[in-house]
Amino acid sequence: MQRSYSVPYIIGFSCVVCVVCSLLVSSAAVSLKPRQEQNAQLDRQVNVLMAAGLVESGQRYGREQITQIFMERIDPVVIDLATGEETDIDPLTFDPDAEMKDPTRSNPAPSNPAQVKRIPNHALVFKVNKDGDLNQVVLPILGKGLWSTMYGYIAVDADGRTVRGLTFYQHGETPGLGGEVDNPRWKDLWPGRRIYDPAGNVRIEVVKGRAGPPEEAPYEVDGLSGATITSRGVSHTLEFWFGEHGFGPYLVKLRESRRAAS
Amino acid sequence: MTRKQRQILLDPLWNNNPIALQVLGICSALAVTTQMKTALVMSVALTCVLACSSLTVSLLRNYVPPSVRIIFQLAVIASLVIITDQILKAYLFDISKQLSVFVGLIITNCILMGRAEGFAMKNPPLESFYDGVGNALGYDVVLLVTAFFRELLGSGTLFGYPVLRTVTDGGWYNPNGLMVLAPGAFFIIGLCIWALRTWKPDQQEKE
Repeated sequence: MQRSYSVPYIIGFSCVVCVVCSLLVSSAAVSLKPRQEQNAQLDRQVNVLMAAGLVESGQRYGREQITQIFMERIDPVVIDLATGEETDIDPLTFDPDAEMKDPTRSNPAPSNPAQVKRIPNHALVFKVNKDGDLNQVVLPILGKGLWSTMYGYIAVDADGRTVRGLTFYQHGETPGLGGEVDNPRWKDLWPGRRIYDPAGNVRIEVVKGRAGPPEEAPYEVDGLSGATITSRGVSHTLEFWFGEHGFGPYLVKLRESRRAAS
Repeated sequence: MTRKQRQILLDPLWNNNPIALQVLGICSALAVTTQMKTALVMSVALTCVLACSSLTVSLLRNYVPPSVRIIFQLAVIASLVIITDQILKAYLFDISKQLSVFVGLIITNCILMGRAEGFAMKNPPLESFYDGVGNALGYDVVLLVTAFFRELLGSGTLFGYPVLRTVTDGGWYNPNGLMVLAPGAFFIIGLCIWALRTWKPDQQEKE
């Protein structure tokens, strides 16, 4: 059975195997890409809606239904992060990922425990309307957990101080442990928590063990059991994005405009 | 199906189980067994990949130069795994998000290389296909049994549906945190091996 093979045959065989394998892999990747991107976009919309509490987690929604609720209730706006002002950049063509990577449109972040590497000049936020008034804003956040960078959205009430919902749509944390950041039951603990203390410092954090209802522990949320580092990552992420380098200025503006209106 | 083929297909289930007897593929068995759903999808993915890789390797076994056979097997397995991963991302987006890196890590599952090198290189395609499916089923059985106990005892649910109402949900069951952690799988797999070797004493190692 053992034959001897010439060197050209071995090289030829390897080349053929490589070409065939790469053809298979790349055609699968290319042909499935539109569907995957659609999934990712729909997933993103669902997560914005979920953070805002407009869809129930665990319930099934059709594609059209999601798109319809999104169009009706959500008003995407591009803001200038440093000043907190809204800009007139078209939110439909704005690509947050590209902004983050482009050195002319983002700056290196100061060293921070959430391990955010770059701060973009602009960010895409989602204003949620109710009966024509601003009801809440959904802000994109990202930060390092144990294994991976976690990407999510946090919904803040129009008062600029209270969490209305939190959701993570992409992470590589351990399934069943840190992966529980996308557990609906844990996410249900967030609405009603306060972000800032009266002096304006970011106080909200994930604690070890149980925290209790928002009335008793306004600044604290239960930790994920067995996932201390992921829990800490969530705290650091919020600390960063609600701070001066993140959406701090925007939320200050939000509070001011509300005060001016009332 | 001949007697021999049936034997090839069913032997890995109880008599020569890849996890319980050969103790291969433990890494992913620890990682994806916290929930039945992820374990099931992982089982299906692995079964497809293993059946196809054994078949492909066996079809080409007489043309593969021995000096490059390992890298050839690896190329076949890696391609199949990437395609599986892409299909999951396109059609089972939610679950593929939960399985994250572990589908990609099928590549490093020792069972695949073990069957390709140990069986498919020496046997005809149909036998190799059955061998691949059989070994994958052996892996799946252990995976699903482990996931059953880990999800039930660790979270009080099965396939995400509450079975034992947990204290956090206002029920009576206090979940066993160990089961959610990787060491929990070691205990369950250890117990599986113990049960199997008590049932089939010839699997016990000689003193």
